[in-house]
Amino acid sequence: MSIDIDTARRVASLARIRVEEDALPELASEFNAVLGFIEQLTEVDVEGVEPMTSVTPQRLKRREDVVTDGDQQDKILKNAPDAREGFFAVPKVVE
Amino acid sequence: MTDLNKLTLAEARDGLRKGEFTSSDLTEACLTSIKAAQKLNAFVHDTSEQAREQAKAADARIAAGDAPNMCGLPIGVKDVFATKGQPTQAASKILDGFKPEYESTITTKLFDAGAVMLGKLNMDEFAMGSSNENSVYGPAVNPWKIDDRDLTPGGSSGGSAAAVAADLCLAATGTDTGGSIRQPAAFTGTVGIKPTYGRCSRWGVVAYASSLDQAGPMTKSVRDAAIMLEAMAGHDAKDSTSADLAVPDFEAMITGDIKGKKIGIAKEYRIDGISDEIAKLWDDGAAMLRDAGAEIVDVSLPHTQYALPAYYVIAPAEASSNLARYDGVRYGHRAQIDASEGIDDMYEKTRAEGFGREVQRRIMVGTYVLSAGFYDAYYNRARKVRTLIKRDFEQVFDSGVDAILAPTTPSAAFGIGEVTGKDPIEMYLNDVFTVTLNLAGLPGISVPTGLSSAGLPLGLQLIGRPWGEGDLLNIAHSLEQSAGFVSKPTKWW
Repeated sequence: MSIDIDTARRVASLARIRVEEDALPELASEFNAVLGFIEQLTEVDVEGVEPMTSVTPQRLKRREDVVTDGDQQDKILKNAPDAREGFFAVPKVVE
Repeated sequence: MTDLNKLTLAEARDGLRKGEFTSSDLTEACLTSIKAAQKLNAFVHDTSEQAREQAKAADARIAAGDAPNMCGLPIGVKDVFATKGQPTQAASKILDGFKPEYESTITTKLFDAGAVMLGKLNMDEFAMGSSNENSVYGPAVNPWKIDDRDLTPGGSSGGSAAAVAADLCLAATGTDTGGSIRQPAAFTGTVGIKPTYGRCSRWGVVAYASSLDQAGPMTKSVRDAAIMLEAMAGHDAKDSTSADLAVPDFEAMITGDIKGKKIGIAKEYRIDGISDEIAKLWDDGAAMLRDAGAEIVDVSLPHTQYALPAYYVIAPAEASSNLARYDGVRYGHRAQIDASEGIDDMYEKTRAEGFGREVQRRIMVGTYVLSAGFYDAYYNRARKVRTLIKRDFEQVFDSGVDAILAPTTPSAAFGIGEVTGKDPIEMYLNDVFTVTLNLAGLPGISVPTGLSSAGLPLGLQLIGRPWGEGDLLNIAHSLEQSAGFVSKPTKWW
């Protein structure tokens, strides 16, 4: 499996990380190094093996479906790069 | 009353209770040593004001006879723990300026027990790295030195390890996703334990790979690790993976008696390229445990060689999902955009500017292995291999083995800039002995047991049964006593 420049560009876009065109070849080559390394996993016989979902055998705890938290607008907005009138402000999304 | 910063947690606790000195004395001694150690770049955020207040409050508690074990003891906190009102940025530019409105469960527990926070400690960005070189603050430096070169303290908890080894604090918190507590402990001649997955709450710990991340203490002795782990551990309703189990008195479980314990030596850990020095260290460690009354047995962990590749699928996959939250909207850095650009440009530029190179690489690898068409081939296959790796350990423990002895690292500390070439795999190999435990959720501890021929510390790792930290600490204590490692770095900073 080899990653070409188009795949590198697509992955960067899916990850929402801007990568300039001239940096794509190096990125693709780094991907190939990592993927070459993880390729070893194909040697393992995993027939009939369940994929792990939880490392310790435990059932997630249940609780009543009630409101346990809230009324923290100020705290939640405190670290926002741009907060206005009680909201997070972002560039225009809809024309 | 000089050199209070050099005390262990146990010594300082006992001295405080006897009234030989105060927490304020201890705290000032540490703050002075921190100020004089700028060259180590271990402490990256100063919380001395909070430290002095906490020390004063601790002294009042001690005077009133209400002093839990950690009361009045000054520690450093890795920058990955959310600390209320104090900078918390996991060594990333993308969290520049972030000051949480809440306190992590671990620091809450430590503060409730009376611990004093001296400052925040350097680390690899988002805990991704094995040398502390991937940090927005620049690399932390190992206090150990053998020539002109600055050595790395390991990573990702490199600042924690450097600070403890250089006596800037009595102990520090760390986190371990693939070896990030144990490898830096080995590189600096200190002790570090990664508890069983679920023993310590992850709430308020900046996430890297949630199914692997565990917090633990980094200390000057095994006894100190027991004391501090007990204060950090316990069930937390705010972390659904935290185990609802009682926390034993770990320190009381250090009895010094390991007669009849079965210690496994896994043949698969005798990898190609292991140095003679590390092989001898390992043999010596086994001999020490045998002399102390343990039985040494050969065991097999057949899927060991697949642990690192499985890790480099699972950890990036979880990271790509966890780090999706850094989008320039709710906290941290936001990139400037032109009038012609939209919200996707804002996301992409923010993440390109905010994340360092290794973090970007892992996010994108994770994105790739989770993308349509590759999910089964990579991610699901890695999760199946993870099941097999865990099964290897279960079979060994079912056969009556109490702990497994292995090297912590394939080598001693290396120089800054020496392993950051074009091939990321070279750095990843540092975690070859440590990463299997994270995949299996098991506890592991690194204990310094010797010096390399060049004069750098080397550590051995003991791997325990799930929830068996008490037994593990007892065996580690025996190894520590037999090895008698007392070397300290010579002060040059």
